[in-house]
Amino acid sequence: MRRNWDAYLYLAPGLLLFSVFTVFALGFAFYLTFHEWNIIEPDRPFIGLENYRDMLEDERFRRSVYNTMYFTGASVPLTMLIGLGVALLLNQPLRGRGILRTLYFLPVVTPFVVVAIVWKWLYNGDFGLFNYYLLKTHLIDEPLLWLADKNLAMPAVILMSVWGGVGFSMVVYLAGLQSIPEELYDAAKVDGAGAFARLRYVTIPMLRPTTLFLLVMGIIGSFQVFTQIFVMTSGGPVDRTTTMVFYIYEAAFKFYEMGYASTLAYVLFAMLFVFTLIQLRLYRRTNT
Amino acid sequence: MNGALVRVGWRHAGRRHKLGMVLAYVVLVPGALLFVAPFAWMLSASFQPLGDIFSWPPQWIPKDPTVDGYKTFLGLGETTGAGTEAENPWRWFVNSAFVASSVTVLQLFFNSLAAYVFAKRQFPGRDLIFLGFLATMMVPGQVTLIPNYIVLKHIPLFGGNDIFGQGGHGWLDSYYGLILPGAVSAFGIFLLRQYMMSIPDELLDAARIDGASEFRIYSRIVLPLTGPALAATAIFTFTYTWEDFFWPLIIISSPDHYTAPLGLALYVVKNRTAWDVLLPGSVIATLPMIIVFLIFQRRFIQGISLSGLKG
Repeated sequence: MRRNWDAYLYLAPGLLLFSVFTVFALGFAFYLTFHEWNIIEPDRPFIGLENYRDMLEDERFRRSVYNTMYFTGASVPLTMLIGLGVALLLNQPLRGRGILRTLYFLPVVTPFVVVAIVWKWLYNGDFGLFNYYLLKTHLIDEPLLWLADKNLAMPAVILMSVWGGVGFSMVVYLAGLQSIPEELYDAAKVDGAGAFARLRYVTIPMLRPTTLFLLVMGIIGSFQVFTQIFVMTSGGPVDRTTTMVFYIYEAAFKFYEMGYASTLAYVLFAMLFVFTLIQLRLYRRTNT
Repeated sequence: MNGALVRVGWRHAGRRHKLGMVLAYVVLVPGALLFVAPFAWMLSASFQPLGDIFSWPPQWIPKDPTVDGYKTFLGLGETTGAGTEAENPWRWFVNSAFVASSVTVLQLFFNSLAAYVFAKRQFPGRDLIFLGFLATMMVPGQVTLIPNYIVLKHIPLFGGNDIFGQGGHGWLDSYYGLILPGAVSAFGIFLLRQYMMSIPDELLDAARIDGASEFRIYSRIVLPLTGPALAATAIFTFTYTWEDFFWPLIIISSPDHYTAPLGLALYVVKNRTAWDVLLPGSVIATLPMIIVFLIFQRRFIQGISLSGLKG
């Protein structure tokens, strides 16, 4: 038995950091949701459920939830679909396959702040490349304001995020495709299945774990979208791109309402938790 | 054009895979060009004076190339155009490199220690503690953000704090604050544990019979066999930390401690129109990442497959 106790020694650094920066932090954040605190003053009065009540009546909070859903609902499926398409095409003995894969993957390794800066320029209303080429091909008659237009700002952020994320889902799908046994395709061919039928009845079902992984990771990631918003739009115009995390950031570090910000963060956590649970449940049910 | 290709393909049914390949090129090559265009434009524009960047139609090839933007950004030459030189941009990159390497080394060590005992040792409470770690993987960083800010502020005896953690700024605005909260990762532990599970127990038992200590077994047998997973997590951790923007934005206040993304983003916010300086800065911030990726490309993609398949 002596051999076993030293195992805790190996765990000690991890456990210590975790108990401070995760376990304690979770508890403290929960405590803060029932208090009002502006971080500068030492006293933090207990206010019960007032933060939660404020939240339900907060127009900006509702807006931020809607924006976050909008962003997630559009960017996650688009990123996955395009990623799957590219992966399917790339999963052939192509010449220059490595180069193509690298090119599609480049945006993933580019710092997001840089991506946001460059795209902000591309969207520029007066000199941006988007307007130039759209005007030149007569797809539009006058320049669009993109990030300054209240109906276009969010789609513009989404387009940029899809561009930045396709490479990741492509690589994950490629790995998934390569783990499908060749015999399955042979058997399907013997049964007379065409290319489309093989895709529909062999490839897609066999990729289910990969798809689930990308979906869960994608939703978790895009619910926390922040950098693009901070650099490109600062939540504007008129809060059309204020996402939940951007709103939490503002509540905490612009208005110094630490209790309220913690409440919003907990709600974000709860939403993610429920989403993930539902997805895992659905996955398990359809799998048995 | 696609229609013609399809018809040709149908006639030679045996060469149908060729059709797929042609289709692949027809779709993938233009697609790849679209993916690279923003980079190409960034690179080209970074060598143009402000007036040319604003030219209409846009210039893909610099008319008279200049490195003034780079000089201004790095504070080497006279300030030109609308841009003001960034404060200590060299320092941002040194900071980023230092912070990202430290976090990577610490994580490799701490994660692998924990993963080893979770995978290969029996001790009371093991599964419970492991589940605890797993459960925290879903907690978004924003929940722990404010408490951690406050914890860092009150670390005793640092940053002007007394022994009770009062009076100063603690680990806020310091390397400790950037490095230590990220020094262990549940995801990393999980990944390494899954990988270590596949190492046969007989190997470890044989070493035990030969009298090897547990730490020796960990460092001489388990670690070397975990090589690919370690490399993959190292690359992830490094790039993730290099790119991280939110945490430095919250805790860092003095320009001496800026990381590259933070310095760049705040520079954007301050000099909204200085595109002739912003774009060179962006190129400089991107290069290390692309170089790391091109060198370790295989491992990078291996790592993603590893996490994708087992996650």
